[in-house]
This record gives sequence, C-alpha cells and structure tokens, in this order.
Amino acid sequence: MSLMRITSPHAHGPSRTSRVMQQVLLATLPGVIVLTHFFGFGTLVNIFWAGILAVAFEALALKLRKRPLGFYLGDYSALVTAVLLGIALPPYSPWWLIAVGIASAILLAKHLYGGLGYNPFNPAMVGYVVLLISFPVQMTSWAPPRGAGELPGLIDALQACFLPASFDGVTMATPLDLLKQNDSLLMEDLWQANPQFGRWGGLGWEWASIAFLAGGLWLLYQRVFTWHAPLSMLATLTLMAALFYDGGSSASGGSPLFHLLSGATMFGAFFIVTDPVSSAVSVRGRLIYGALIGLLVYLIRIFGNYPDAVAFAVLIMNLAAPFIDQYTQPRTYGHARQGGDR
Amino acid sequence: MRKVFDFHGGIHPAENKHQSLRTPIASAGVPAELILPLSQHIGAPAEPIVEVGQRVLKGQVVAAASGFVSVPVHAPTSGQVTAIEDRLIAHPSGLSAPCIVITSDGLDQWQECQPVADYHSVDKADLLARIRDAGIAGMGGAGFPTAVKLTVKPQAPIATLILNGTECEPYITADDILMRERAQHIIEGAQILSHLIEPSEVLIGIEDNKPESIAAMQVAAQGTGIEIVVFPTKYPSGGEKQLIEILTGKQVPSGGLPADIGVICQNVGSAVAVRDAILEGKPLISRVVTVTGEAVEEPQNLEALIGTPMSYLLQTAGYQAAKNQRLIMGGPMMGFTVPDADVPIVKTTNCILAPSAAELPAPPPAQPCIRCGMCAEACPASLLPQQLFWFAQGKEFEKAEQHNLFDCIECGACSYVCPSTIPLVQYYRAAKAEVIQIRQDAEKSEHSRLRFEARQARKEREEAEKEAKRAARKKAAEEKARLAAEQGDAQEDPIQAAIERAKAKKAAQASGGDAESELEKLEKLVITTRKRLETASTKLEAAKAEGSEHVDALQLGVDKTSAKLAAAEQALHAYQQANPSPDIPAPAAPDDAAQAAIERAMAARQADAAKSPEEKARESLQKLEARLAKSEARLQEGRAAGEEEKIIIALESTVERLREKVAAGKAQLKQAETC
Repeated sequence: MSLMRITSPHAHGPSRTSRVMQQVLLATLPGVIVLTHFFGFGTLVNIFWAGILAVAFEALALKLRKRPLGFYLGDYSALVTAVLLGIALPPYSPWWLIAVGIASAILLAKHLYGGLGYNPFNPAMVGYVVLLISFPVQMTSWAPPRGAGELPGLIDALQACFLPASFDGVTMATPLDLLKQNDSLLMEDLWQANPQFGRWGGLGWEWASIAFLAGGLWLLYQRVFTWHAPLSMLATLTLMAALFYDGGSSASGGSPLFHLLSGATMFGAFFIVTDPVSSAVSVRGRLIYGALIGLLVYLIRIFGNYPDAVAFAVLIMNLAAPFIDQYTQPRTYGHARQGGDR
Repeated sequence: MRKVFDFHGGIHPAENKHQSLRTPIASAGVPAELILPLSQHIGAPAEPIVEVGQRVLKGQVVAAASGFVSVPVHAPTSGQVTAIEDRLIAHPSGLSAPCIVITSDGLDQWQECQPVADYHSVDKADLLARIRDAGIAGMGGAGFPTAVKLTVKPQAPIATLILNGTECEPYITADDILMRERAQHIIEGAQILSHLIEPSEVLIGIEDNKPESIAAMQVAAQGTGIEIVVFPTKYPSGGEKQLIEILTGKQVPSGGLPADIGVICQNVGSAVAVRDAILEGKPLISRVVTVTGEAVEEPQNLEALIGTPMSYLLQTAGYQAAKNQRLIMGGPMMGFTVPDADVPIVKTTNCILAPSAAELPAPPPAQPCIRCGMCAEACPASLLPQQLFWFAQGKEFEKAEQHNLFDCIECGACSYVCPSTIPLVQYYRAAKAEVIQIRQDAEKSEHSRLRFEARQARKEREEAEKEAKRAARKKAAEEKARLAAEQGDAQEDPIQAAIERAKAKKAAQASGGDAESELEKLEKLVITTRKRLETASTKLEAAKAEGSEHVDALQLGVDKTSAKLAAAEQALHAYQQANPSPDIPAPAAPDDAAQAAIERAMAARQADAAKSPEEKARESLQKLEARLAKSEARLQEGRAAGEEEKIIIALESTVERLREKVAAGKAQLKQAETC
C-alpha cells in the first residue's frame, strides 16, 4: 500500500464556507419574519423568486465558465445574494425587476469578475443600485406597514410579482422619504403628522431593524465575522446624527436613534458591510471601512438625492477597500512599531 | 504569580494527547538494523569515520562533525557497519541521503563512558565541547546544534534561559511524559545550561493542559531558583518566538535570534540530553518518541534508539497498516508525511502519527478564498494570510515579501481555520522557495555582470598595453631611421649597424612583437593579394574577350586589387627596412610566381640595404612617378571612353594619392641630398 504524501497541516478545523453561508441565511430569518409581519408576503415572494433566479443564473454562469456545478452551487453564496437582494427590494416588486437585479448581481457583479471571492463589489448591492438608477419609480414604492394601511394577502403578493399589470398596490412614503421632504415641521410635529414614523425609526422599520440586529449579533457570536466594521459603521452614523440633530428643529437630520432603526442601517451593518469578499481585510482596515460607510450613509441620506444610502456607501467603499488594505497592514511579529520600539 | 503575556492569534485544535499517556515510557529495544542519516541537524552533515565491515561499540562516534555548526553521529548499539550509502530518510522531500547502516550484534555493548563528576570544576569550553561531541541538536524539532546555541557572546549576555516544555502540537506527549517521569533530570540539565550561560533567570514554560507534568516539575525545581511558568493552552504557544513572547512579553526581531533580546530557548528533551552527556558521559543515541494515532492499537511513548526504522516502532505499538493512509513524522499541524514506513527516526523525531482515514481525512478540494479573515485572526505572526495567498497565487512575490512572507513560521493555524480548506501553508512554502530561487538567480546574474565587466576592463587594459607597445616599436623604428639619417650616406660602421639591429630587434621583442611572424604576415598578404590580382586580371581578360557588360566592374576590381598589392608590397618593404635581418634564409628555388615575387622583393630589399638613403629616396621617387604617370594615363583613357562615374572617381583618387606620395618622395629626396 502506498502512503499518501501531503504537506502540513494535516488537521483541519470544522469551519466551511458553505456552513458560513448557511449561518448568514439563518441569521436573516428574524428580520424576514418581522418584515413579513409588517409589510405582508411581498418580501417572502421577493426572496423566493430571487432565490430561484440566482441559482439558475449561477448555474448558467458556471456552465459557461466550464466549472463543476455541484461543487460551486454547494457554497450557498448565490442564495445569500438572492436573499439579501430580496430583502432590500420593496415588497411586491414585479418579477422582471427582480430578474434584472439578480442578473446584474450574479452575472455582472460576480461572475464577470471571476466568481465567488473575486468580486470587488458586493453583488447584492450592485443589483440594487442598477435597479435604483434604472427603475426609480418601482424602487421607491414601499407598501404601507401594518397599522398604516391594508396588507395584501399571499395571493395578492404572488399576483403582484408575476402578473404585475393586474395588481393595484398601495404605496406610501417611507420615514426617510418624509424626513428628506420635510422643510417646515419640527421633528415632533412631523412624527405626529405621519403615523408611519412609529416610535423611533418608522412603523415596521424599527422592529425589522431590531430583528436584523439580533441576527447580526448571533452571527457575531458564531464568529462568522468580527465586530469591527459593523460597530464602527453604526458608531459613526450615530455620531453624525448626534452632531446634526440640532434639537429636533425643522432643519434637523433626525435623531441618532431614528437613523439607527430606520431604513437599511442594521441590515446593512450586519449583512452587507460584513461581506468579507468586498471589504477591507485587516482589523484597522475594517474599522476605517465601516466608519467611512457610516459617514457616507449619513451624508447621502441628508445631503444627497436618495432617501437611503447604504448601497451607494457600500459600493463606494468597496472601491476604496484595496487602498485601505494597502495602508493598514498589521504589525507583523518581530517588526518594529512606528517609532521604533518593539 | 508571574505575569504571562498573550500572543496574537492561535487556535485550539483537538488535543488527542491522552491516548498515548496511558502507559509509562517503555524501551523500544534494539532493532536488527539501524540507519543513521549523516544530517540530522541544521548545519553541515557529519562525515563518516568508520568503514564498512568495521565493528563499533555503543556510543562510539561513527561520523564526525564537519565545521562549527555541525554535530557528530554515534553508534546507538554495538554491531557492524554494514553499509555507508544513500537511504530513504525522514524528510519532507522524500529523498534519499547518505546514511551509515549498522547491523546490531545483540550485545548492546557500551564503549567506556567518561562522566564529569563535578561540572563546576570543569572549564566551560570543555563542557561545551562535551555537549557538542555528544551530538546534541535541538530535540524539539529544528535540530539546531545545542552547543552553538549555548556559545554566548560576551557582548550580548543572556538574561533569560527558557526551557520549552510547552508541547502545543496535538497528539505529541514525548515532552509531557519526560517531564512527568524525569523531572529531576530536566532540572539537572537546566542547572548545567544555567551554569554555562549564567542567565539572571531560568524559566520552564508549560501549558496548563499538563497538570501532572507541572506538579512533577514544581517538586523537582524546589529550592533551585528555577521557575515553572504555567500559561493557557493555545497552539502554537510552543513555537520559540511565541513562547518567548508569552514568558517575557518581548518579541524576537524579524530575521534575528532570541539571543538578540537576551533569551536562549532549549527544549526539555535537549536539557536531558545535556545532563546525560555531562553527568553520565553518554552521547545522544536515543530519545522518547510518541507513537500514536488510531492506526496503532496501543498508542504510547517509546524510548527508541536513533536510527530505528519507524516500522519497528509501529509494530511495537500494534500497527494496523490497513487502517492507515498516511504516516506522519511529527504532529498533525507541522509534521510531514514519509514515503515509507522503513525510514529511520532521527534526533528531532518526537512523534510518529499513524492516523486512520476518519481521524485525519484527506483534505477536500479547496474552494475560492472569500477573504473572511479567519486566517488573519489565527495567525500568531500577525500576518494577513489571505493577502499572502492572493500574492502567492498571482506570483506577486515582491508584494508577498512586503507583507512579510518570510515571517511566516508555517505553523498551519491559517490552513486549519480556513473555511475554504485552502492549503495556505503550502502556497507560502512554494512562494518562499520561489523568492529564494529568484534571489539566487539575481545573485548569479549580478555575479556574471561583475565578471563581464571585469573581462571588459581586462580587454581594454590589454588593448592599451598593445597600443603602448606599438607606440614603443614605432618610436624605436623612428629612432633607428633618425640614427641612420644622422649617419648620412657615410659607410655604416658594420659593428655599429649590428648593434643597432640587435637593439632594434631586442626592443621589438621586448615590446612583444614577433618580428618573424610580422614579416610572414606581410609576405602572406603580398602573396594573396598578388594571387587575387592574377585571378582578377584573368577574369577581366576573359570578360573583355567576350565583350561582357561586367568589364567595367572587373576593371575597377583589378585596379583596386593592384592598389592593394602596391600598398602591401610597400608595407613589406617598409617593414623589412625597419627590421633588417641578416640571417634571412637563402632563397629556395622559386617554384611559383608568388615565391618568385618574394624572392624579388627580398633581393630588392637586400639591394636597398646597400644603397645610400639618397639613392633609395631617388629610386622610390622614380617608381612612384612611373606609377603616377600610368594612373594618369588610365584616367585620361577612362575619361575619353566615357566610363562610369564611380570608376572615374576611383581613378581620380588613385592619381591624387600618388601625386601626394610623389610630393612626399621629392621632399625626402631633397632632405637626403642636403644631409
């Protein structure tokens, strides 16, 4: 019998890429449940349809690239992209919108760059931004949350997706839209005039954000990612909001709590900013990366043209990640610190 | 309680140590054949000093150290040297290397040992020599000669002596059981080491997963001032650099040695070997080896002779070859697979691991790196393994070096945690090898550049020397001509002339010119040119006869060749004038035109020699005038015939040259007449 010749190490830990991806999928569950509770089945239909398309496009791309299907589909990365995009899209989006988004994410952002691990940009965010720029009307039509309007049923949700022409949905401005458009009301009055503001960050939004935060904390506990990038993003956003809160006047940018619990803040912090492939790699690098995303989110929300900004902020910082890496190498063992001592 | 420090990263792989700790150290016995590789340490291989067929005693030196960084090899038992040849050895390369093979005679007969009763009364240099002569090289894994490590430079005193009892690698318990059973010997060894290097403190570092060892060592160390330091279990805390950081909080500078920060680190096994060498006079011929893994029925620690084949130890532990797919020398993190179970154990072998397929499954195919950063979190050297992998894969070696590729200690922690099961360490090994290759190539090309430049310089120098000689020759000739002119047309004093000639010849010889060969060269030139002229003339005649259109071109060729011939003849003439040689061999019977020409030329030269300068000048002037007239006629002819422009130009230039020469000749003649 001949003996196997391989190099060390011979032992291997339990972590696997597919397991990491499964954990991420699992961690989105609380957020998805809350979104479904407040906005109806739209998000679930989004995710369902996006998932089917993502696997199909992934398989197509792998086939074109002559890669083994089973091996690469088994890493669940396409499903993660689908679920993240499905959550980010407005509920009751038409099927073609989702298809364009998934095609952009999987084919353009991922496989054109060489597939998993080689994409400089977060695929879900590329898909989202392509849609936001191409179809602004559909992308800014959010359904009213439970408590502010009638919720469509499952059949309606399916109809909205696959027979969009026959679906007559109701939409309502999101809290971030309202804040952006407001130029006369004090914060307190604005809250009272619009029921969808809820308690802190918007009816439905605040609970969805808390659910995503919970999922993110669980991932942190599972050591799927480190705290550095999400925490530094949230901290910077909080700091910016606090600086420009200005006591709740009509020119206020909104309270820190509002910014933390509204829009895609928590979802972005724990499910988008933590995407390892497109982010900076070192500890210091991730702190800077997260902080700059937090800063950009605030600047775009308050001074930009779009009500929410996580996707743009993340894509801009994806561009900067290699640059950040270049200047944030950790000090290697036995190398002098800056200043000379060891 | 002493403060212990933490190091960055690290992992907690399954320890699997209890399996081999159920029984005390057992003697493995003496195998029929022992294979002793000559290179079991870092440094120059030992040189055999025995012959095939020679009988050796246990403990006898069979191969001597060659150089400072080298250690000898001893016979582990008594018997006969049956071969000195290349055998398969335990090395990651799986290659063969020179070994001394000893067939045991079963007597296990010691040679006389010379213990040191009181090492305090012995010179330190002598103690170091004994450690070196005992063949001791670091037994923790690297195998660096212990005596070299202990040679302390007076300008760099050692503050801390650390004994490494960490044994962080899973499965291995050789040091653990040594500390349990031979704590006293370890402490004695530590005291000898301490006596040698005089540190201000002696620490023995042990991970907290070895409570029995800690207890035993604490008992043995009581009252000695040696401190047992316990710290949390984490792989790779037993790495020398990591252990130093844990115990002292200091980091060994990149590319430096622990001694640079006043630390020396020794394995506990090495301490026992030092103790045995000094107190018992026994060289390093055996060590404790853990034989473990699910493919052996009775995992245990064996005291085995160096050179024992792995298969012998595996059989002792109940090896089940069918369950085993890879055989590892060392542990699961840093050990290497061996190609064959018959390779011998060496001084650095602390473990033989025979895992079952389920225990250490074959690695699954690697998935793409998702840059999750788990490797960077695990890296004890604070590197960015995912970036290094990226650079290694893309062969961006410069960037890999910028990211401190060479600070990687190949502990395997990054590969262990990688969710994509990428064999990261292998990428780094390959990249390091390539970088080293590139450096060597660069060195080589730098070397050849220097050689090329040196060669160019030499050639230039030689050229300059030649030029100087040429100038010297020219000067000598002019001098001679001047002397001749001074003497005027007066009959040359034959004696004086002979002296002059001899002088000139000597000068020519001194300046390296070979007068004879120079003459030959010129003669040859004359002959070949004449031959060419003859052929060209024949061709021209033929062409004229045929009325060919090449007549003009041929005519030009003939003209040119005849000009060359004239020049060659002149050169020969001038040379012969400058170097008159009285002993020219008598002209042989001329058998061809060329020979005849040489004869003529020589006759003319000899005739010349007899003439006065005035006469000579006049004659050559006449010749030149004749040639000029001829050339002028030819030019007229050509113009009249309306020949091609270039031919006319060539003819004109010939006429011009000849006119100049005639003018020069006239001047010379005038000068000769006035003298």
